[in-house]
Amino acid sequence: MAEERKYMTINMGPQHPATHGVLRVVLELDGEVIVKATPFIGYLHRGVEKLAEARTYLQALTLTDRLDYTNGLSNNLAYCLACERLIDIEVPKRGQYLRVLLAELQRIAAHLIWIGTHALDIGAMTLLFYAFRERETILDIVEHVTGARLTPSFIRVGGLAADVPPEFEAMVRAFVKDFPRRVDEYETLLTENIIWKKRTRNVAPLSKEDAVSYGVTGPVLRASGVYYDVRKAYPYSSYEDFDFEIPMGERGDVYDRYDVRMREMRQSNRIVAQAIERLPSGPVNADAPAFVPPPKEAVERDMAALIRHFKLMEEGFAPPPGEAYGAVESPKGELGFYLVSDGTSKPFRFRIRPPSFLNLGAVPRMIEGQMVADVIAAIGSVDIVLGEIDR
Amino acid sequence: MTGTGQTIGRLTDAFGPSLSVEGPGVVVGRERLREVLLFLRDESDLAFSMLTDLFAVDRYPGEPRFEVVYLLNSLKLKERLTIKIRLNDGEHAPTVSDLWRAAEWLEREAFDMFGLLFENHPDLRRILMVEDFDGYPLRKDFPTEGYGFDRPFSVRLDADDGASKKADR
Repeated sequence: MAEERKYMTINMGPQHPATHGVLRVVLELDGEVIVKATPFIGYLHRGVEKLAEARTYLQALTLTDRLDYTNGLSNNLAYCLACERLIDIEVPKRGQYLRVLLAELQRIAAHLIWIGTHALDIGAMTLLFYAFRERETILDIVEHVTGARLTPSFIRVGGLAADVPPEFEAMVRAFVKDFPRRVDEYETLLTENIIWKKRTRNVAPLSKEDAVSYGVTGPVLRASGVYYDVRKAYPYSSYEDFDFEIPMGERGDVYDRYDVRMREMRQSNRIVAQAIERLPSGPVNADAPAFVPPPKEAVERDMAALIRHFKLMEEGFAPPPGEAYGAVESPKGELGFYLVSDGTSKPFRFRIRPPSFLNLGAVPRMIEGQMVADVIAAIGSVDIVLGEIDR
Repeated sequence: MTGTGQTIGRLTDAFGPSLSVEGPGVVVGRERLREVLLFLRDESDLAFSMLTDLFAVDRYPGEPRFEVVYLLNSLKLKERLTIKIRLNDGEHAPTVSDLWRAAEWLEREAFDMFGLLFENHPDLRRILMVEDFDGYPLRKDFPTEGYGFDRPFSVRLDADDGASKKADR
């Protein structure tokens, strides 16, 4: 009788601290080596796409905050771009620059959560405290501008909910000046750290071809050596006005993903610096009374503005029938919204293209044949957020 | 999101009347879908190498009821293209999971949410909902508040949710 090969099955999650949320991966092991990995998702499914179909376009905006909850402003931006394409309006330059500025600050904050938790997973605990210190500075700015730390709903169809307060500029300038030194600080802890390199170099590699075939986007794709960034390929919100580079990796391993994101934070800081330097004056909202509510002061003085405000808040606006896709480069990758309008004030179809969903789909490919301890490094390096995977 | 006229011109040259340009996309018959997608992916001057997204739209009570939308992205041309097929209730779509690995999970999601079947898909299971969930939540005739919430929840004692089945295989 031939000896049958026995694999051990291990269930990782859904309550495992290093899966960054409620992700479950069933691993089939041959000793320490992973033969097969099957992720199970959906534990955080709230039916966002269904809920949005029962809400007006403005109400649906608040659902987008809750997708990738480390990254509320980019989610708002992607959704608003899709809406603006649907109704065909253009946001004035000041609005566009402020959007870029806020989205890039949010990118830094999201990457800081990633580096803190990813390093913690692998065993470098100190970094978490450093990263969260700077993240707190950004969240203070975000809170000062939007009134909320994690769920801002501040970027609205046609522009922003309001212009920024006067202190904003000084706060951003102070952050921008300080931040490069902080990234240096993080890098002294990890970049040449021999333990870090041993845990990440050549771990969980993903080839160029596989990355493209799996629809992987964002830093994970660029770490594999594919040059694609929505900000460069399909510039939106005046990204073409800014001077920045797209950091690239070669080997597509955990270390390269780390390296790409670290350099990305520096580039984001550069963009923020340029945006605050060249911030144009003028209105932040498009001149489109049918879609954009009047400013608060007008509502208090002017009867017509009050009525318009009331109508937009109660009934919402109705885009013409049609379809539009709007996408941004979120910290995780290409975040897109595909909206189908039937001419009513509620979206007929509200499709979210979540970057983490497709990036997670490539994880089994990365970790098959690797050691079981590398699963944690791989999942951390992909930087998934279950809020947008499960929706 | 229409591809530039040139790409669509190439498509109509190659496939002629079997496709029609409608609004922001190209509508293809489902029997020619794989051919069209392969052409777009493999012609070296088009190179739509990435499947950005794949999802369904329920036009209920319109006919044909379902649309499956394929969002393609050419990293080379920096161009997006929307391809659609239309399906009546009960019609199957051909799988494209062998052309793009990304489609494997995306088709599972379309199956999970709309009950669409993809022929020759290697592993068509629910992905977001639990395996014994009844109904397809994103269909237009499925109520937003769901079913069965007026009854007390039943307790299930058999802790079998598909994972163990799969692992035992």
